[in-house]
Amino acid sequence: MASVFGTAIKRREDPRLITGNGRYTDDVQLPGMLYAAILRSPHAHARIRGINVEKAKRHPGVVAVFTGRDVAGKVAPIPTAWLPPDSNIKTPAHPALAVDSVRYVGDGVAMVVAESRYVARDALELIEVDYEVLPAVVDPEKAMEKGAPAVHEEVPDNVAFHWQAGSDPASAFQDAEVVVRHRFRQQRLIPNAMEPRSAVAQYNAGSGEMTVWVTSQNPHIHRFLLSNILGIPEHKLRIVAVDVGGGFGSKIPCYADEALVALAAKELGRPVKWTEDRRENFLATSHGRDEVIYAELAGKRDGTMLGLRIRMVANMGAYLSTAAPGVPTILFGLITVGPYRIPRAHTEVYGVFTNTTPTDAYRGAGRPEATYVIERMTDLFAREIGMDVVEVRKKNLIPAEEFPYTTALGLQYDSGNYHGALQKALEMVHYEEFRKEQERLRTQGRYIGLGWSTYVEICGLGPSQIAGAVGFQGGLWESAAVRVHPGGKVTVFTGASPHGQGEETTFAQIVADRFGIPVEDVEVVHGDTDRIPMGWGTYGSRATPVGGSALAVAADRILEKARKIAAHMLEVSEEDVEFADGKFQVKGVPTRQVTFQNVVLQAHLAWNLPAGVEPGLEAQAFYDPVNFCYPFGAHACVVEVDVETGQIKVLRYVAVDDCGPVINPMIVEGQVHGGIVQGMGQALWEGAVYDEQGQLVTGSFMDYAMPKARFFPSFETAHTVTPAPHNPLGVKGIGETGTIAATPAVVNAVVDALAPFGVADLEMPLTPEKIWKITHGRDA
Amino acid sequence: MIPASFAYERAQSVREAVELLESHQGEAKVLSGGHSLIPLLKLRLTSPTVLVDIGGIAELKGISAEGDRLVVGALTTHAEVAASPEVRRHLPLLAEAARQVGDLQVRNRGTVGGNIAHADPASDLPAVALALDAVITVEGPAGRSEVPVEDFILGPLLTALGGSDVVVSVAFPIPKGKWKGAYEKYPHPASGYAVAGVAAVIGVDDGGTIRDARVGITGVGDMPYRARDVEAALVGNPATEEVVRRAAERADAEGSFSGDLFASEDYRRHLSKVYTRRALMRSLP
Repeated sequence: MASVFGTAIKRREDPRLITGNGRYTDDVQLPGMLYAAILRSPHAHARIRGINVEKAKRHPGVVAVFTGRDVAGKVAPIPTAWLPPDSNIKTPAHPALAVDSVRYVGDGVAMVVAESRYVARDALELIEVDYEVLPAVVDPEKAMEKGAPAVHEEVPDNVAFHWQAGSDPASAFQDAEVVVRHRFRQQRLIPNAMEPRSAVAQYNAGSGEMTVWVTSQNPHIHRFLLSNILGIPEHKLRIVAVDVGGGFGSKIPCYADEALVALAAKELGRPVKWTEDRRENFLATSHGRDEVIYAELAGKRDGTMLGLRIRMVANMGAYLSTAAPGVPTILFGLITVGPYRIPRAHTEVYGVFTNTTPTDAYRGAGRPEATYVIERMTDLFAREIGMDVVEVRKKNLIPAEEFPYTTALGLQYDSGNYHGALQKALEMVHYEEFRKEQERLRTQGRYIGLGWSTYVEICGLGPSQIAGAVGFQGGLWESAAVRVHPGGKVTVFTGASPHGQGEETTFAQIVADRFGIPVEDVEVVHGDTDRIPMGWGTYGSRATPVGGSALAVAADRILEKARKIAAHMLEVSEEDVEFADGKFQVKGVPTRQVTFQNVVLQAHLAWNLPAGVEPGLEAQAFYDPVNFCYPFGAHACVVEVDVETGQIKVLRYVAVDDCGPVINPMIVEGQVHGGIVQGMGQALWEGAVYDEQGQLVTGSFMDYAMPKARFFPSFETAHTVTPAPHNPLGVKGIGETGTIAATPAVVNAVVDALAPFGVADLEMPLTPEKIWKITHGRDA
Repeated sequence: MIPASFAYERAQSVREAVELLESHQGEAKVLSGGHSLIPLLKLRLTSPTVLVDIGGIAELKGISAEGDRLVVGALTTHAEVAASPEVRRHLPLLAEAARQVGDLQVRNRGTVGGNIAHADPASDLPAVALALDAVITVEGPAGRSEVPVEDFILGPLLTALGGSDVVVSVAFPIPKGKWKGAYEKYPHPASGYAVAGVAAVIGVDDGGTIRDARVGITGVGDMPYRARDVEAALVGNPATEEVVRRAAERADAEGSFSGDLFASEDYRRHLSKVYTRRALMRSLP
């Protein structure tokens, strides 16, 4: 039988999802269900002088109205669950509904619960709030200035934390022949998952059990946090998040809205549903990025990089969202050196409060910013010393023989062949020919450019010991349970929480491959804390390297026991039994064999088991990785700039990625494509804009430009395979690589195209008018 | 996104629609394809008490050649216009513009009548309507009348339609003699509306001299406009690229330009010239 590991079988979740048979949170319908709507602040910063809810309460169909004061004693403040050590972190209380002050447009002020969602929405307009509008600050650097409005009175300088890593690279800068300095702006992005956030809560007053269906990437983290917020013990709290329509990080956090819905269900004795609308999604679901980065790169004229100094000011928004402080620190600050051998490096990060929507992880989370800075700096360095951008990369990429490689920032890159990936991409691009073509077209007044991004990222989060050391308030191991049924079919329970990544398929492939059974015989269960073992969910490209590894370990435990039973059945010693293609066989005697299914049945019948072997066939594993995974690759983007209008056309995109062995090539391609699109989205189109008063100007799809399929050429993808040495599958994550790599590749390409205009850098997104101003001699 | 509540009436004829609108005295809005109105309702930017649905009125559907013009019923969708053999044969630039309206869903539901009645300043169709001297047939309490498009669109989201008027059809005259036309559009990456959209028509005599030139420009400001300065610079001159290039430079001589987050006024002025030139170049017979 051909191995199903490595086969491009179709995603088994798709027929269900595309025929409307998925079960998303908003699909949950319960008898007697009520609907909640949340009144949100129209001001970025204001004191609440008073709230009058009487009219709303009297509106026909309204069951209850809650204000901040009503819920204050019943719902604990929303916690932050990543507290980087030695960072003087401040976590001012984040009430579920504002009590005295609102701190961003979208901050919750009151909740209406009604017989229908229409009534609930109408009643919001009957609530009268007396606001005293206060000065707001939206820019993170301005927020740090003396005299800036304080978002929280108890944090007068707006600095939420100050974190550092690495050691002073002063000596590198003293030895340097060249120092390149640059300021980068990572614009704010809005995750825009296709499915808006939603929660349904049902409370059983008899048993004291609460069930919350919620749009979550990590149901057990939700259970852990909601248990604390609501005071409901974990064994009485069930979280269900089976079909989740994308998250990109925005469904990691535990939001106030979810706790409020649960409170309402308990108080009112009826199930309550809340689903945000798209406008709320723009305002009240976490945003991504929004940082200012100052970079200094020291090097020699021969292209050798010597040292890197990074200072970042990260806009955290009005409150510290669940995982937010980990993003600019651990996930950015530790990997700023990228794939290069830079002997000295230091990162310093200020997390800053502003009157904006809280930021948190957004696909890539910190690593896209780090990659952007080092890849742009590499090009700026090459430009400064007059060296080809590929030559500079080749000179500094960590050579394959130096792995595992410990960086100046203390991470140990597990395995890599960075030159190999670059070489493959160079061949695909036809680099020399491109340069000739570029020259030729320039003489005709046409401007094409090629940009590179040789990246490494940190994923497969992660060793729990390190999680603890860097202040993550949880473990980062993953669980798996494998239950083999008497007939030989298998149910797998995973603590990872797929929400679009296709692990119902790839996890079945892992198990089917190990057991030598048809992939259809394996069912994957996830997303329900009453069914699955404790686990930590899906983010940081961890599901397959960590959750998949847990699954492999659990499956191997099944095989270990099955081998004992098989040996007993074949009347030989265990050592004389080999297992292949779903059959246990006496070594060298092909006629003496029993099938996996046969052994499974015997395990359950237990009529004749070897001494000391228990009946049944189930195994569980809790896999804690010893290291992170470090996928890498080389991406190249070719663009043409219409210098008359500034419009950019992407002509080619070449991606060579290395995520170790590929379980399902089609799903990996899908992840790579989606990632590239999102990364290019940041480079070319996306960008959330606040005005000075803190109003989100790009608050709808009319203004916020999401990438569309027609914007892209067909992508050219390829892989190299360098296994992770420390996990049983050798796999690394692939869910974020595209987003991490693509953004600088595109910007480098546009800057390359515009080299004749003296362009060294451009601020994202590269909207046509910015380009036009440059090509027409107007200051951008 | 939930609109405020409203009453719903379904009209069976244009006459009935007009009567319903009249009886509600300015409190009612006409619902056609709904692709402009429903978003406004959901954002609660408008809250009419009554919607009069004209979607079932058969007489408002379809495209017919009537003499030297194509008459497009108000309920005809953009997709139908784009696919119509009549339109493609007689007025390819209209099909070209219809093909670029919004996205597939909008083109399948959105209607020509609804589009023109909504008068979005960045809508594609008005540019073509201007370039072709389209005439809008309106039915109101006093009966039917024909209004040239230039008298119909009065400002951003503002038309000559009275509170009880319904658009019946839009008639596009087919230019005579030897002519060519084109629509060139720069779509906003978020909304798909025109940041600049230019519809051009050039007619030439047997000697290759331009005898007729029409340019309609949308997206650059408060309302679409006819670029008569450009037209004047073309007519009477030989139909050459050089003539077009010079004429296109006058594209911003008229019209009111404005900027937004995506494109400043200056940039839009520039785009008006570039897209005028590009549309005219493709219209050289």
